[in-house]
Amino acid sequence: MRYETPATIEAAVGLIAAETGIARVLSGGTDLLVQLKAGMIEPDLVVDLKRIAATREITAEAGGFRIGSAVSAASLREHKALRAAWPGIIEGLKLIGSTQVQGRATLTGNLCNASPAADSVPCLVAAGASARIVGPSGKRDIPVQDVPAGPGRTNLAKGELVESIFIPAAAAHTGSCYLRFTPRTEMDIAVVSAGVSVTLDASGTCTAACIVLGAVAARVTIAEEAAKAIIGTKVDEAALAKMQAAASAAATPIDDKRGTKEFRIEVAGVLARRAVEKALERARGK
Amino acid sequence: MSKITVSATVNGDAADFVCDATETLLDVLRDRLGLTGAKEGCGTGDCGACSVILNDRLVCACLVLGAEAQGAKIETVEGLANGETLHPLQRKFIEHAALQCGVCTPGFLVAAKSLIDHNPDPTEEQVRYWLAGNLCRCTGYDKIVRAVLDAAAEMREANHAA
Ligand SMILES: Cc1cc2nc3c(=O)[nH]c(=O)nc-3n(C[C@H](O)[C@H](O)[C@H](O)COP(=O)(O)OP(=O)(O)OC[C@H]3O[C@@H](n4cnc5c(N)ncnc54)[C@H](O)[C@@H]3O)c2cc1C
Ligand code: FES
Ligand code: FES
Repeated sequence: MRYETPATIEAAVGLIAAETGIARVLSGGTDLLVQLKAGMIEPDLVVDLKRIAATREITAEAGGFRIGSAVSAASLREHKALRAAWPGIIEGLKLIGSTQVQGRATLTGNLCNASPAADSVPCLVAAGASARIVGPSGKRDIPVQDVPAGPGRTNLAKGELVESIFIPAAAAHTGSCYLRFTPRTEMDIAVVSAGVSVTLDASGTCTAACIVLGAVAARVTIAEEAAKAIIGTKVDEAALAKMQAAASAAATPIDDKRGTKEFRIEVAGVLARRAVEKALERARGK
Repeated sequence: MSKITVSATVNGDAADFVCDATETLLDVLRDRLGLTGAKEGCGTGDCGACSVILNDRLVCACLVLGAEAQGAKIETVEGLANGETLHPLQRKFIEHAALQCGVCTPGFLVAAKSLIDHNPDPTEEQVRYWLAGNLCRCTGYDKIVRAVLDAAAEMREANHAA
């Protein structure tokens, strides 16, 4: 295994594009090193982007935030403006492993590891975030939900990597929230999760919503019908009940030792509802 | 396999070493620098026994490559005491009997140091959440939490007096 620390993104792309064996990008390493240790992967080349200054920076852009691929969860949690704009994204990050893991783990790594249970991804999707992909043929921006292809697989082509993630500005009266169900309160993997964003107008009518479920399919699930159930309403009891049922209906989970299919379907609706209620509270407070 | 040359600062002193690309920072600290305070409990980020502070962030040394330490500032449990004088955390761990076998202790001490660096006045809840990634099979955690709270209080007083 070779370890390289290119000085520019273009040099990084050149390295992974030219590698004939297995190449892996290293961000925080909290997935990659565990996989190396377990012998799950044996890369010929590991490319560490952290010496490229831009990968470690959070920059303001169009009212939103551009997050370099190597920015740690701990740094993001300390970012006041991001915390105020998108509390749901911060809630997801807070649940990733321990203080130690968060000292290293990145949004980009969480996304590119492509676990359906990744805690930061549902709210990123709900916020309308995009990933900037750089490859031999240039740069492109794609919605974050299009990065994972299925458990452990991404849609990145050979030689491509994620340079940054862009989180747009939150519209006025927008609230977000992320909740997950785990048997333990700490250091566990989501059995079901829900990340939501809700926007109200001045009269309290919901004008936009995005309800995203984690761990109930091979990729995150955007529950469109659930969002439709509250858009255009004052998000009263009837709308919430309809939304909950639609969220459950959108879940297509598997049975495994951590939860049965029936349980996950039920809990998907419950978590979506609780997350929407919390997001509403936040939207009304702004 | 060609070796990688790395220059870092460990506990305030320059440390130069060579390592293989696959070696972790934990391997390097223990096997190349002779700093065996950080322990390998799991090697997969679950137990916190390998906790060190890397550029002011608490991390698991088992999840960092040695090569990533180039130019970094690293603090380990060996840097806590000042000569013969124990760090308040170390003293309070002894006073409160916050250790039994001691395997987890260096990790807890470094994690607690990092907590107090970030937040000199933590609540019990904050201590428990911050240390949730440090596992102990012996003590039942309560004495550890009390020792950390007590050390933080003493350090605040000392700062106040100074
Ligand atoms: C003890 C422990 C507990 C954990 N708990 C949780 C949890 O509760 N919830 C959760 O969601 N996750 C959890 N994780 C998993 C992990 O911490 C997260 O997925 C983390 O966000 C990964 O980020 P990273 O920067 O460390 O990724 P890395 O390990 O650096 O990378 C992960 C993957 O993404 C690829 N990659 C990294 N950067 C790029 C890039 N720029 N472009 C293209 N590909 C890239 C890598 O090649 C690798 O395949 C846990 C891990 C540990 C060790
Ligand atoms: S040895 Fe690093 S966390 Fe257990
Ligand atoms: S004292 Fe034995 S593991 Fe903590």
